[in-house]
Amino acid sequence: MLKFSRPAALRMNGVLGMNKRNIDYIGRYNPRKFYKHVDDKLITKQLALENDIAVPALIGVVREQHEINNIPAMVVDETGFVIKPAKGSGGKGILVITDIKDGRFYKPNGQEITADEMYRHTSNVLSGLFSLGGNPDVAIVEGLIQFDPVFDGYSYEGVPDIRLIVYKGFPVMGMLRLSTAASDGKANLHQGAVGVGLDIGTGKGLHAVQFDKPITLHPDTQKKLIDIQVPHWEFLLHTASRAYEISQMGYLGTDMVLDKLRGPLLLELNARPGLAIQIANGRGILPRLHQVDRLGHHTMTADERVTYAKTHFSG
Amino acid sequence: MHSKKPFYILVLLLLITALATTAYRGIEQKVPFFPGEQQQSWSVDAKVHFLATDQAAEVSLSLPADPAFEILVENAISPGYGLNIADNKEGRRAVWSKRSPTGSQDLYYRVTLIPTGIDTVSAEQLPQTPKVPTWPAGEKIAAASLIDKAWSESASNLSYAQQLNKDINQAERSQNVELLLNENSPQELFLRLLHSKGVPAHIVSALQLEDQRRRQQLVSYIEVYHDGQWHLFNPQDGTQGRPANLLLWERSGKSVLDVTGGKNSQVSFSILQETRSAMTTAMELLDNNASQGFSLYQLPLEEQSLFKGILLIPIGVLVVVFLRVIIGLKTSGTFMPVLIALAFIQTTLLTGLIGFTLVVAFGLMIRSYLSQLNLLLISRISAVIIVVIAIIVGFTLLSYKFGLSEGLTITFFPMIILAWTIERMSILWEEEGPKEVFLQGGGSLFVATLAYLAMSADWIQHWVFNFLGIHLFILALVLLMGQYTGYRLLELRRFTPLAGEAR
Repeated sequence: MLKFSRPAALRMNGVLGMNKRNIDYIGRYNPRKFYKHVDDKLITKQLALENDIAVPALIGVVREQHEINNIPAMVVDETGFVIKPAKGSGGKGILVITDIKDGRFYKPNGQEITADEMYRHTSNVLSGLFSLGGNPDVAIVEGLIQFDPVFDGYSYEGVPDIRLIVYKGFPVMGMLRLSTAASDGKANLHQGAVGVGLDIGTGKGLHAVQFDKPITLHPDTQKKLIDIQVPHWEFLLHTASRAYEISQMGYLGTDMVLDKLRGPLLLELNARPGLAIQIANGRGILPRLHQVDRLGHHTMTADERVTYAKTHFSG
Repeated sequence: MHSKKPFYILVLLLLITALATTAYRGIEQKVPFFPGEQQQSWSVDAKVHFLATDQAAEVSLSLPADPAFEILVENAISPGYGLNIADNKEGRRAVWSKRSPTGSQDLYYRVTLIPTGIDTVSAEQLPQTPKVPTWPAGEKIAAASLIDKAWSESASNLSYAQQLNKDINQAERSQNVELLLNENSPQELFLRLLHSKGVPAHIVSALQLEDQRRRQQLVSYIEVYHDGQWHLFNPQDGTQGRPANLLLWERSGKSVLDVTGGKNSQVSFSILQETRSAMTTAMELLDNNASQGFSLYQLPLEEQSLFKGILLIPIGVLVVVFLRVIIGLKTSGTFMPVLIALAFIQTTLLTGLIGFTLVVAFGLMIRSYLSQLNLLLISRISAVIIVVIAIIVGFTLLSYKFGLSEGLTITFFPMIILAWTIERMSILWEEEGPKEVFLQGGGSLFVATLAYLAMSADWIQHWVFNFLGIHLFILALVLLMGQYTGYRLLELRRFTPLAGEAR
């Protein structure tokens, strides 16, 4: 039952491990002083807006406990909204309300959530329960994403998002994350979401994985996963590539979603992107990182980097 | 990319320092490498007996001076006597004195000795060439012939002595030897024959150590100088070399016991062999030379027991670093398992596990009520802390009522840590369901158990407290692991789908 592979086999396939990622990539290319660009979603949002990168609508920010009661007034014109900690980690502390009827709030699974529960959740956010290091935090109230029907049948209850690993500004690996019944509508792989590796050249599905094991069909909808074609692919690559410039992080994960009306939106940036993307792509990421390293010092623009990535990291 | 050389030099320095201090402590200061190590020691009582002659009495007893034994404790019991221990180049002597003793007098000197394992006696300085003795007319020719024969058949001081020793103890002695032995004891003869050729030699008085012997007397041996060392001969039976468990009591050639103002004086010895912990011995030796002391044992007992706990933390930390970096286990709260493991040391493992699970389970139940109250985080945590204390008090009282003494140790759990664990678990339960709670809680307990097993091992407790160098070693290991960029063990499993043929 316990099957371990030989380290040499993994090394040969260029699989990046956690320790190497932490020391050789995050430790080396993500400067401490720029962490706030990605760890604080409010700053990420502002940076993105300054650089004309589309982000989900900001409804409001709750900074103090007494402002919590303002939330119903903030969202009065919305059909749904999301409350998330500005400095949350690992997708923790995100509350999604997809329906508001007669002042009552409903989660994506149809369950009602009382205003009190919502206040308590927001209060926890402010206290820093979900933030890195437990520091006091602020809660962001965001507009609900009207997700693009292109993924209908591929995702169960949640918003599919597109994760791209951007190394020194080059999108090197991509993955589409689809929520499942097992992941409770969340797009986090460790919670049971499906990851579909994407061809950097075309945005087509390559390979799919759930719970770190390869799969071919979506567990809830039984649709064939590698048939997926992500639309707006070129645009997504450009946005990811520019995220490097706005965040100054050398080893970066970008999370984007496709909105039915507004197109691709930058959801958040991640300074410590996970390694499961390699399983979703069925290949190690190291050869691509090395290829970028071999370019040495260069003056490529975001457009040129995307073109380079599309020709070299395809298939 | 900057050079890693300074880093490896630092690690190497740490390792060398760790090794050196450990070796110094183990070999030089004789701190045993294993706990519970036993060592033989000898306890020797010298009893001086004499009859006082109603005048001022002075008793001088030579004290043992033997590199093969180290004196651990010595004391003299002598009611009514003034005692002075003189240490000069003729050796150490105990001098008792009293103005007007009457009747039969008993003085005691007691010493505890530890074998050092050194069985050679090296000369501190070149001995003086002895005066050539004059032989009485009747012995002169016999002696000269014996000396000439032995001298011609030998090459050095040592072989000359060996030859003489053989001649004196031959089954069929020559007439010359017979003649000489008529007037001399074998020792006297041996000594005079040696001195005749200018070979340095002297009589030593030694005590054969045997367990539970009483009224033992000193026996005489001859020490012969050769090449920087004193060699032991016994001309009584022709043997050479040092018998096992022989204690050289008097080596300067002086008398063992001098009594003025007394008569019928004699000294007798009783001997006891003792088995004692090597640790106790090392501590007493360190006490004896407090100047070279640099030991936690010099602290007051309370601080010592505090450090016994604190010094285990590096071990627990090492276990956690290893499990996270090399194995790839996740724990809830990085070093929480170490603190739990520290508590386990007080409670013992099983009681600890049960107690921890009970407290956390109860805490989770009460916390689920608190979560309905919609409290601010800080006051909720505070409430949980108070509730945890209440639970601990409740369990302690209950187990006391039922006579379960194990339950009383529950107070050793760090309450703040418990409260935070409960809070995290509770959030985890709400967000990810009970399965994740059991997974993470179980994982933390597993790591805590491993850390406990490492920290509770006798020899590890012995090492971390007695060999402080080991902590530098741990530091070096932790630093090295901080540079480890290889795969974690669990990643080898996780990335199995990627281990196939390269595409």
